[in-house]
Amino acid sequence: MAIKVIKVGEDILGANADQARLNQELLDQNRVFTINIMSSPGAGKTSIIMNTINQLKDKVKIAVIEGDVASSVDSEKINGLGIPVVQINTAGGCHLDANMVEGALKNLPLAEIDLLFIENVGNLICPNAFVLGEDRRVMISSLPEGDDKPYKYPAMFADTDIILLNKTDLQPYLDFNPDAFRKIVYSLNSDATIFPISCKTGDGLENWYSWLESEVVKKKGNAV
Amino acid sequence: MSLALDKAQEADAVKVTQINLVIGDLSGVVAECVQFYFDHISKDTAADGASLVFTNKPTQVRCHKCDSIFTPKDSDWSCPECHEMGMDIISGRECYMESIEVE
Repeated sequence: MAIKVIKVGEDILGANADQARLNQELLDQNRVFTINIMSSPGAGKTSIIMNTINQLKDKVKIAVIEGDVASSVDSEKINGLGIPVVQINTAGGCHLDANMVEGALKNLPLAEIDLLFIENVGNLICPNAFVLGEDRRVMISSLPEGDDKPYKYPAMFADTDIILLNKTDLQPYLDFNPDAFRKIVYSLNSDATIFPISCKTGDGLENWYSWLESEVVKKKGNAV
Repeated sequence: MSLALDKAQEADAVKVTQINLVIGDLSGVVAECVQFYFDHISKDTAADGASLVFTNKPTQVRCHKCDSIFTPKDSDWSCPECHEMGMDIISGRECYMESIEVE
């Protein structure tokens, strides 16, 4: 039988992008400011989310979608703070995708939420390739990882809006060069905002909280 | 794979013999892994036994200052022409199906 070539030219992740648009529409209708938090394992995603909840929960209604390969350790911690949380276990998958988030959104009281954190699976390789329906992408990089990480994972650093540079309290013990880090980040992503922070001491977190509150207010369209 | 099967069905094809994919260095896609899982999930479908052919796209960036296009070195992302740092990634994120071959 004759072989026929059919031109396709379609993104393999197109189905994910379509679902992400639907997620975004749903979140927009409910005016939920949504953040996709990405980092390597252990950079401080859960600590930042928990500090932020403790700081803002009296002013902002927060919910969390927790993505992990396995276990519900993180969601139990967040649940302990009285915040709606949905755990997604990817069963080996190394990132969240828009379908998984769609399922989680069905289990959240969106009309009652101002701010949604989606904590992605700890991984610097592929989570950035899967849009979820978020308003902003926040990446956490921490000093012990080294200042050369943007060279190794350029797409992750290029595709993020905010970089929280965590564990600045460890600077006296490490060779991390903040200027070298900033230089390579800005060369890849001149629009990125970097907030140096320490979840341990609280240094710098006020800048993160202020940014977050102002974005929530913008999305709500009125004062929180 | 559903994309390939949909396109084959639209063309009234009975069998997919080859799938041509374009994968960038920054896409996070590993050809060997795709092949391994494809062989598994394509069993008993119209794409069973199809060859996957990968075209690799290297990372390329365009310098903000002088518009030179280059592939950055491991730990030196400055422009080889003007030595400035500041660039847009213009290639390397690709992850798409270019075409399929069907019978």
